[in-house]
Amino acid sequence: MSAEPKPPSAEPVSRDTPRFSIASSPHLLDSSRSTQGMMVDVLIGLAPVLLVSLIVFRSYALLQVGLCVVSCLVFEALCAGMRGRSLPLWDGSAAVTGVILGLSLPWSAPWYIAVIGSAVAIGLAKWVFGGLGYNLFNPAMVGRAFVMLSFAREMGTSAYVRADASIDAVTTATPLAAAKMESVMPDLWPLFVGIHNGSLGETSALACLIGGVYLCIRRTASWEIPAGVILSAAVFAGLASGIGLSPLSWFHHLLSGSLLFGAFFIATDPVSSPLTPKGKWIFGAGVGFFIILIRVFSGYPEGVMFAVLLMNAAVPLINRLTRPVPLGGLPTVKEAVG
Amino acid sequence: MSRWLPSLQSRKTFRHGVHPPENKEFAKDSPIEVMEIPQEVRIPLLQHFGVACEPTVKRGAELEIGDVIGETQDALFSSRVHSSVKGKALKPTVTTLPNGRHVNVIPVACDPEQSLKGRDLFEEIFGGDWPKGGFEDLSPDEIVSAAAEAGLVGLGGAAFPTHVKLKGAPDRPVETLLLNGCECEPFLASDYRLMIEAPAPILTGALLAKRAVGASRVILCLEDNKLGAVPILERAASGTPVEIQTLETKYPQGSEKQLIQAVLGKEVPLRGLPMDVGVLVMNVNTAASLARAVLRNKPLTHRIVTVAGHGIVQPKNLLAPIGASYGDLIEACGGLTADAARVLAGGPMMGFSLPDLDIPITKGTGGVTVLAERDLRAMRETACLRCGRCVDVCPMNLAPTRIALASRAGDYGLAHEWNLTACMECGSCAYVCPARIPLVQLIRMGKVMSKKEAVRKAA
Repeated sequence: MSAEPKPPSAEPVSRDTPRFSIASSPHLLDSSRSTQGMMVDVLIGLAPVLLVSLIVFRSYALLQVGLCVVSCLVFEALCAGMRGRSLPLWDGSAAVTGVILGLSLPWSAPWYIAVIGSAVAIGLAKWVFGGLGYNLFNPAMVGRAFVMLSFAREMGTSAYVRADASIDAVTTATPLAAAKMESVMPDLWPLFVGIHNGSLGETSALACLIGGVYLCIRRTASWEIPAGVILSAAVFAGLASGIGLSPLSWFHHLLSGSLLFGAFFIATDPVSSPLTPKGKWIFGAGVGFFIILIRVFSGYPEGVMFAVLLMNAAVPLINRLTRPVPLGGLPTVKEAVG
Repeated sequence: MSRWLPSLQSRKTFRHGVHPPENKEFAKDSPIEVMEIPQEVRIPLLQHFGVACEPTVKRGAELEIGDVIGETQDALFSSRVHSSVKGKALKPTVTTLPNGRHVNVIPVACDPEQSLKGRDLFEEIFGGDWPKGGFEDLSPDEIVSAAAEAGLVGLGGAAFPTHVKLKGAPDRPVETLLLNGCECEPFLASDYRLMIEAPAPILTGALLAKRAVGASRVILCLEDNKLGAVPILERAASGTPVEIQTLETKYPQGSEKQLIQAVLGKEVPLRGLPMDVGVLVMNVNTAASLARAVLRNKPLTHRIVTVAGHGIVQPKNLLAPIGASYGDLIEACGGLTADAARVLAGGPMMGFSLPDLDIPITKGTGGVTVLAERDLRAMRETACLRCGRCVDVCPMNLAPTRIALASRAGDYGLAHEWNLTACMECGSCAYVCPARIPLVQLIRMGKVMSKKEAVRKAA
């Protein structure tokens, strides 16, 4: 480093010889963002939802979500160990999967549903494909679909209702089930704040909006996805109620069930959603379409889970179709090969 | 927070990009200082984009500032090299430039009695009277050949020979000349200091370039973190057709294609040149050198280099002779601090890290950035979450994660499908990647390896 011409290099490397760190550019990194930080962000975004859930369902919510988180972490550790990896356990992704799975279950689901759901979410949906970043489908939704199809009674419409329970919310049917079976129009205010029956995390539209908007502002979730879901669900729900297929108005559709929870917290899972803004719009619009399609035409009162899983399967195709065009247009075929 | 909110006044800019910490305060307010002549300079014979020069001086030759020491006979894409000091030529050797190229160098032992030094040198280069018109007598060819004789190259970093650029192509006339004073790399302030301290030669050079290419508009562009230079430039530009345009401070605003998009709203074709859309972009430092070359017949021998960063005792803007070593420049700034960890040729977004300091600076060296230990946080890489943040910031509108991961997997066909070669390696994607994937490094590797693979297949 001295300005004098260097003496012959026979001189041994002394402690004073500066040693420089060598790396490829860029040499600055935006340290405000990390994978772990994004997962923590999602947990912060879920906090209002969790809070409403604790108010409405009290200890049931705590137990269900707690059990799912613990099970997910245990299975994450097991699977990472089997793959000979120790790194990914504390990146927070397993905890996020656990919270989302827990919040998507009915309050009454027995303990083994949470455990089996977690095992399938972490083991089958995530680690079989290679762990975080490689899964095709949203892990929590795969886990939920598995237990829903396997334990129809414990997960079905009747599981939500118990007339003699000490919690007010669960003495009546979920709004969507009531609408489907008995064409009962729910009141909007309870739908909005969340004082009604449903899966643990889906009841409050307000809480989902607060947490979801936080995630979008932080760019942890891509705003294009919830925007696509909500717009397309509103359009198709309006269409369905307009031609008399659904007793609910488009606005009831948006506020009821897990539409907003799914739009902001499930469909926005970056790993299982498209890469480009255009792809995210398409993905969101598809999810919204399938939610309404399932709600209106299928035997299930709610369709968020299947809608997300269906669109997850379309993501590789969407990515291919929405490959961004570089600034200055595409090269000609000949150039692209060269 | 401000970046989430739409700005109240509309500021011109390009699509995407990032906002790294600007760090201009290190050197922005320190006036250009003429560096003490080192004992020896080592002048590379390849400092530009193109063909290397052949030496034209023998060992032992006595040289004055500005004597030609290397040139090529017939290559168009080349640029002459001149001695930057008074002294004696030594035996030619080889050095490795920061970008990894091995090049021949001519070392020159500097005469302790220099004919020009200190403030006199600055005045000789930038001072005096610079006319703002009356260039009708000069033919475009005269300007072009003066640029070639002076060994001018683009001083913004790419070091493209200026005479080639000014010559242009008859079928693609240039309508607009953009003077690039954006200097979007963090830390660097050499263009800014020149605009503050010597606006006159920039304007004169701009008018000469306008004359050479026959442009009808000249716009001097700078980011709005350099507003201090605007009144000075406006005063210097009064009475000339040169317009001043400020742009949003955003990286990489100084990139040619992004600058054209921001100012004129035009897209340069993917493999094309600015002249394809009737534009020529020239760095402000290059313009000042052009004025000197044409009107005073002086070659490019010195350049302004910002030396800054946490690892530098006293950050400065130096007017340094080309061929001085990075070590000489650092020494002139009080040396390295105890925690200096990484020395970069250029700024932190695109600069090359140096293995040692015994490497000469070239015409294209705009800065030396020294990062300290605390700047280099060890970052653990995780799997790609496909969050798309790299897609959201890529100024070329690519999907960096796709290209990088295809390159890592050795699937260069797939990397090309996602437009591997369109990447200009600006580093925006790797800057924002929450998974800390070395995207630029992987893309660079992909470019090299896919070429190798193509050669192997052809054989």
